[in-house]
Amino acid sequence: MPQFDVATFPTQLVWLAITFVALYLVMTLVGLPRVGGIIAKRRDRITGDLDKAQRMKAEAEAVIAAYERALSEARTKAQHALRETAERLAAEAAEQQRKLAESLNAETAKAERRIAEAKATALQGVRQLAADVAQEAAGKLAGAAVDPARVKAAVDAVMRDHG
Amino acid sequence: MALQLEPLEQFVIKPIVPLHIGKFDVSFTNSALLMTIAVLVVSAIVVIGTRREELVPGRIQSLGELAYEFVGNMIDETVGAEGQRYFPFIFTLFMFILFGNLLGLIPFGYSFTGQIIVTFAMAAVVFIGVTLIGIWRHGWHFLSFFVPHGVPFVLLVLLVPIELLSYLIRPFTLSIRLFANMLAGHTMLAIFGGFAASIGVLGLLPLGLDILIFFLELLVAVLQAYVFAILTCLYLNDAIHLH
Repeated sequence: MPQFDVATFPTQLVWLAITFVALYLVMTLVGLPRVGGIIAKRRDRITGDLDKAQRMKAEAEAVIAAYERALSEARTKAQHALRETAERLAAEAAEQQRKLAESLNAETAKAERRIAEAKATALQGVRQLAADVAQEAAGKLAGAAVDPARVKAAVDAVMRDHG
Repeated sequence: MALQLEPLEQFVIKPIVPLHIGKFDVSFTNSALLMTIAVLVVSAIVVIGTRREELVPGRIQSLGELAYEFVGNMIDETVGAEGQRYFPFIFTLFMFILFGNLLGLIPFGYSFTGQIIVTFAMAAVVFIGVTLIGIWRHGWHFLSFFVPHGVPFVLLVLLVPIELLSYLIRPFTLSIRLFANMLAGHTMLAIFGGFAASIGVLGLLPLGLDILIFFLELLVAVLQAYVFAILTCLYLNDAIHLH
């Protein structure tokens, strides 16, 4: 077998050493640091991108939370304002109603008083008139002057009896 | 046609540029040429293929990264983090053998890994290197590697020589495994090729077989490079962690 030809051993060993050491040096000094660098850079980039995505997601969530908080605050404020306005309006309405009722009551009372006065005056007039008529009628019928005081008393008695 | 019918003729070392140092013949031969080509191809893949340092790698850059991570993981799994110090050596060894094997399969190529002296030299470097690492890390304690734990003293008399022998035999098994695989594969290819050339139309059958064997040899080429590298890692692991 050619493999056991010892005369070829020196050249094979020498060239094996030369080529192997050359490859080792090229790999150690240039190739492997470069490939390792590329792989490390890619890994860094990927983890960096993931971190960034995570951060942005967190930011987006914070913005959403703030928006929702603002929204709910605005809603509460609006409801509050609505309730206040409604209460104020109701109070005003009640106040006006009360005032109206008061003034109406006052008017009514005044009117009743006036009516009572008018009634009293009218009654007074009627009594006087009745007394005069009675006195006149008695004078004409009896032909004698009747004491006005008695006529008046009689009229009063009749009016009292008939209301 | 002067086709080679002698299946072992393909392993002959032929000088291309005759050189002599003293009484030694150190000619630049077909074997040396293929070693040089292997170095150039591996350098092209790992150095030139990655020159643009793309974040999204192209084909050749992917190949370089694949090899890098493959060897890196292999060391991680067998030796652990301490093994990464020897990563450049194991990477060089793996790529050198891998492309030595693969280039040998190209027609008119030459397989320098089919030479016992080449595989033995590499195995010897691994063996001596690993032994030195073991002694450097553990001093005299390294000898405990040959003494199995929890064994009665009487048995040790038997077991220590066995352990020692199985350790010393490593460079031979490591080198012969690769050498024999390459030798057998290339010889088989040549024999079937010889048949195909010599028996006319019937030669289509051995030709078909040859093609199948070629694909098998492609697998063997990768596998044997892997085996050589991973055994180196395992030996390294023994030296670093003992048993």
